[in-house]
Amino acid sequence: MADDTEYEHYEAVVVGCGPGGAAAAARLADHGVETLVLERGTEAGSKNVSGGLIYAEESAPYAIDGLFDGFREEAAERPVTDYRIHNVAGNSVKTYDLTDLHEHDTDWCDAVLRRRMDSWLEQRVHEKTSETGGGVLTDVRVNGLLRENGEIVGVTCDELDPIEADLIVAGDGVNSELARDAGLMDWEEPDEWFQGVKAVVDMDPDVIDDRFDLEPDEGVAHLFSGDLFEDVRGGGFLYTNEDSLSIGTVFHLDSLVEQRAEPHELLDALLTHPLLATWLGDEYDEREYAAKLVPDSKKVAHPEPYQDRLVLVGDAAGQMQAQGPIIKGMNHAVTAGALAADAFAVTRGNADTEAAGRRYAQMLEDSGTMAKLRPRRYQLARAAGERDLVTNVVDRVLESPVGSIAVGNPISNRLLKRAYNSPFLVSMLPDTSTGYVTLPTVIGETQGRTIHWDNEVEPPTLEERIGDLTYDTDVGNPHIELVDESYAASGAAVSACPVSAEDFGGGCYRSETVQTNGSEETLVSLDTQPCVECGTCAVVADTTWEHPRGGKGVEYREG
Amino acid sequence: MRSIVLTKGVPDFSEGAVSFDEDGHLERGKTPTVMNPNDAFALEAALQTRVRHGGHVSAMSMGPPGYADVLEEAMESVYADDTYLLSDRELAASDTWATAITLSAGIEKFREEVEDVDLVFAGFKTADGETGQTGPQACWAMDWPIVTHVIALDIDPDERVLRAKRLVEGDVDEIETVEAPLPCFVVTDPEFEPTYRKASHRLTHKRLRAETQERAVEHEEQLTTWDHVDLNLDPEYIGLDGSPTIVSSVDPIPKAPSERDATMIDPDDGDSMNEVLEEMQPYAAGGD
Repeated sequence: MADDTEYEHYEAVVVGCGPGGAAAAARLADHGVETLVLERGTEAGSKNVSGGLIYAEESAPYAIDGLFDGFREEAAERPVTDYRIHNVAGNSVKTYDLTDLHEHDTDWCDAVLRRRMDSWLEQRVHEKTSETGGGVLTDVRVNGLLRENGEIVGVTCDELDPIEADLIVAGDGVNSELARDAGLMDWEEPDEWFQGVKAVVDMDPDVIDDRFDLEPDEGVAHLFSGDLFEDVRGGGFLYTNEDSLSIGTVFHLDSLVEQRAEPHELLDALLTHPLLATWLGDEYDEREYAAKLVPDSKKVAHPEPYQDRLVLVGDAAGQMQAQGPIIKGMNHAVTAGALAADAFAVTRGNADTEAAGRRYAQMLEDSGTMAKLRPRRYQLARAAGERDLVTNVVDRVLESPVGSIAVGNPISNRLLKRAYNSPFLVSMLPDTSTGYVTLPTVIGETQGRTIHWDNEVEPPTLEERIGDLTYDTDVGNPHIELVDESYAASGAAVSACPVSAEDFGGGCYRSETVQTNGSEETLVSLDTQPCVECGTCAVVADTTWEHPRGGKGVEYREG
Repeated sequence: MRSIVLTKGVPDFSEGAVSFDEDGHLERGKTPTVMNPNDAFALEAALQTRVRHGGHVSAMSMGPPGYADVLEEAMESVYADDTYLLSDRELAASDTWATAITLSAGIEKFREEVEDVDLVFAGFKTADGETGQTGPQACWAMDWPIVTHVIALDIDPDERVLRAKRLVEGDVDEIETVEAPLPCFVVTDPEFEPTYRKASHRLTHKRLRAETQERAVEHEEQLTTWDHVDLNLDPEYIGLDGSPTIVSSVDPIPKAPSERDATMIDPDDGDSMNEVLEEMQPYAAGGD
């Protein structure tokens, strides 16, 4: 058929219609920029997962409800009016009220479910961008950058011919293929990532109000740390939605790999803890199991997230702030997206194609966003935290009778609560087990009260969880290829992949022992059908990793 | 580009919807009417043409007043701008010949009174008649070029030609690329697939869908009905009187033996399995 060799051109192409892409597109349209938004999901939100809290910060230049009128009423779940952390040691639990920390610099904070939230954003973005000659297209996967004489000039897609643009906004998430094509991000080091898994649990609004002692317009956020997860560094969360709960766990990926921990079992450890019995009752109805890779902005937030006409926003740029009990991602993505749009607007027409990117990086810095993502205090503390000697000494003191008593006395109880509520101290927390496991365990042991409730929850098996997910499998066209099938290179994926497990034949990654020439060898095999596209295996195994084609793969209903 | 898509209502043969009497005859009264499934490909081809080159799409059908629902369905899936129903008692019991004469008269009237037409699309065979004749006969009556079995279509509006890929089935399936001048009659193959490789095309597609959904709510306002007087057709040449085809009888095909006499056995049920073995014994022991 007749082929036009001339590519289509849009002033701006935004890849991904999550909060970062949506904010960028909405602001671009406000500036009158012709903006095309390409979303690989069959609807925005169908590929997205988050723990579930979105913040509006007082100090930030943008908040999502400022860009999208009616966001809180129409796209969000319950606001967080009560914020607590539970330090767990066996059945002994000590709870601190973290509302002060939570409310620091917080204008508001709502629980969200991403399918509902992002699909709502998609509608608004399409309306806005249609007015300036663009719009949102779903089921389109952008698979790379279009270059001319080595310079980035556009994007290439599975479903469309290449498209040229003056600005390319990569809001394509934690596994951004554009950021990797540009060489700005990689998947090399497990210690730069967290992995989260989450269950959305069905619950009648009245029952939520009753069990959490809430009014219909109130909600809770509970965090969990301590020995609940043995020695794996991380914690758990529980947020209230309008008619469901989001319950999940988030762990340092390197710790998951070291401990060969099974993410779904860690989630089950939380779900079946006596503490949750009173909230979950005896009828447990899990709507959806989901997983996500989370960048650790302290280590990977790119200080100069641009190249030529390409700018990275949100998870694609590593802009996910996770420091102790503070987990903020979507708000930073919104700020970054809006700033990238503003940067393009002020440099529009500039002959230097990198002008917008440079301005954007400057605005991230000037607005204080980069300082939140990569706090200087952490950079200093990290140097200390990484020195094993210091950590060991602190751990030894905490574990000694004297240290435990020190933590356990009434004065330190007050001090600890204040310490937890200090944004200053929290930003320094090192990524060692001291903060995640040892200290909370000691607090739980010495200050806690014992929980005697019987938890009757029987979480679904991994097989049932996979069975409940919706997939449109791209048969015969797997999006991940295993490069090295030896156990040494790729075996970590068998346990770390949230939809795989040792001795489970229905997951993505399986290990099998084969006889070769008289000796035994353990090999890893891959079937991408159950894949939830989290990207964990891209980091912990030797693969070539791509997203599935537009509309293919897993489709989250809750997200 | 100005296109007309011909469509027809057929009994819904899908399981659960279709109803047969004791003799295996279709019970039309109890079976809902739907748009002929093959027509969807004609509609897709017309939609692709409109998305890529702009213009206007009208859907046309000959049939009883109830076919307005079929045209509504066509409107929702092809995003047709308007619909035309050729309908009155004189047209009843038409065979493919009389139907083709009527449809060609409808197209000619449309060209004279509404706007000239570049393309007429039809699907490949209807699910009830299965003749594949009506479209080509209508085209013959208009004396237009025709391209059938189309699986891909591209229009060059400047040169006023279309280029099409045809699926030619035989001992070896072949794909033939042909060119034809406009105006032209196009019969789509069920393998037809529209392609939208440009973002602007997909945005147009999305806009048309939104606009049509709004319009389809009041689809009656976009419906024009013409009877044989409007079409200036002599009753002698249309309907039953104008139909040379005589169907002398219809014989139901007997069901295959396997469907007639199958007994389900639970392999875990020892007694039943023994009965099966006994039943099979003579055949197994036979040797020769």
